[in-house]
Amino acid sequence: MSLAPADLDSEDPDRPVVRDAAAEARPGDPTGRGADGPSRRPGRRPGARAQRGPALAWGALGVLAAGLAWWALTAVGGAGSPMLAALNPLGVPGALASLLATGVLVQDLVTSTLRLLLGMGIAAALGIPVGVLIGLHRPTRWASALPVQFVRMISPLSWAPVAVALLGVGSAPVVFLVAAAAIWPILLGTASAVAAIDPRYVAVAHTLGANRREMLRTVLVPSVRPAVLQSIRLALGIAWVVLVPAEMLGVTSGLGYEILNARDRLAYDEMLVVILVIGVLGAAIDLLARLLLTPRRG
Amino acid sequence: MSSLALHGVTHRYPGGAGPVLQDLDLEVVEHEVLCVLGASGAGKSTLVRLLADLDQPQSGRIDRGADPRLPALVPQSPDLFPWLTVAENIALGGRYAANAGRFRPERVPELLADLGIAQLAGALPSELSGGQAQRVALGRALAVDPTVVLLDEPFSALDPAIRADLQTWLRDVLTHVRISAVLVTHDVDEALVVADRIVYLDGARGITADWSPREDGTTREEMLAHYRRGAVAGASR
Repeated sequence: MSLAPADLDSEDPDRPVVRDAAAEARPGDPTGRGADGPSRRPGRRPGARAQRGPALAWGALGVLAAGLAWWALTAVGGAGSPMLAALNPLGVPGALASLLATGVLVQDLVTSTLRLLLGMGIAAALGIPVGVLIGLHRPTRWASALPVQFVRMISPLSWAPVAVALLGVGSAPVVFLVAAAAIWPILLGTASAVAAIDPRYVAVAHTLGANRREMLRTVLVPSVRPAVLQSIRLALGIAWVVLVPAEMLGVTSGLGYEILNARDRLAYDEMLVVILVIGVLGAAIDLLARLLLTPRRG
Repeated sequence: MSSLALHGVTHRYPGGAGPVLQDLDLEVVEHEVLCVLGASGAGKSTLVRLLADLDQPQSGRIDRGADPRLPALVPQSPDLFPWLTVAENIALGGRYAANAGRFRPERVPELLADLGIAQLAGALPSELSGGQAQRVALGRALAVDPTVVLLDEPFSALDPAIRADLQTWLRDVLTHVRISAVLVTHDVDEALVVADRIVYLDGARGITADWSPREDGTTREEMLAHYRRGAVAGASR
């Protein structure tokens, strides 16, 4: 016999056709899902595609306006200040060419990116497990609440002298400062995601016989994955912002150092190029993170 | 032979006025569909939590029979994992070592067809109607070939029309797979359609009625009258 409910059993030609009431509830619904469940699928708003054209046009206009405002500011202000005059956007191509010719820009870019990734890696390697522990174990959550809130509100750059004293001069203190900035969003995001795991999913897995490890693999990890990825993205933005000033402290490479270096050489146009590179790279990193870290099913 | 039995089980919640369940004895016979009927506050949810090992009784014991596994739960809200497809949700128990030897991957498409949701195998839970989701939840429980399936008011959140269809269908499914089932509900008509045996649970007073309508001819009216007396007694406590 078939175990299908009568309303779906279409193999019996004698049976009066009683269609699934759920499917019938919303005529014209191609998915066949009815109105008897919380089944509205979150999706793109209708018309989002139609708005793409105007969005692009306005976006281009915004960039143009910002460039124009920048040019006007340096052109007008440059009359009284040689530094402002050197920040004129018309000088960017020449300065960029000279920086690229010496090769330092690409080298600094690579150095800074490596420090960022290393610091992020350390922050994730520490923040995710500690966040899981805090999320799962209430006494740990209670015990850690005040110290965590206290420490995370201290600007990571405050630790710079300590970091240099302990780790010496070079990349290590920079990586430390990046990790110290990035760990908190990851740790707190993971902890709150773990604490928010639906206990009903745990109950289902428990009655199906899941042991602790299987519970971790089949309930905890997929439950918290979207929130953890989101927190890593957030941390990446903070880490990038902290990286530049951290590289102004006792290192002789990286984009932050290059800003000071250009300043000391009075090469304000090159300084501007480095600042622009930092902005462009930051936006690129965020875009990349959005592509790689946006939660997908699976 | 019993597949699940409670012996002298007492349970109270910390800070609660009195025990929710007291000295409760209840036996589920092999291949029997037992319905536990009760009003709100009669201890049905507590009973489910104890049977599903989500809470431990303060005293008494639960005898789980020859199969050491827990009853497979079909919860009130289907609680499908939203990151898995319908087929993956049904196959969930297969990922757990406890079901080794009892779960066969080829059972998943069979179940999908039996449950009338074969066309939804690749769908996500967010794309399902409430009735479809509840069928998937039953499939997930049946896929591990359980000795006992525990149904906790599985249709209470659904539209009445769909509920009636699914009750008849559940009866057919349970008859077909020949496993023991415990259905917890407050709905007399649901109990009458699905169950072989119906017990009336009245909180700490325990089981106050035990009917087998198909054999002893107990009528809906008799059961409703008992239900009303229990509900009134419960409200005046």
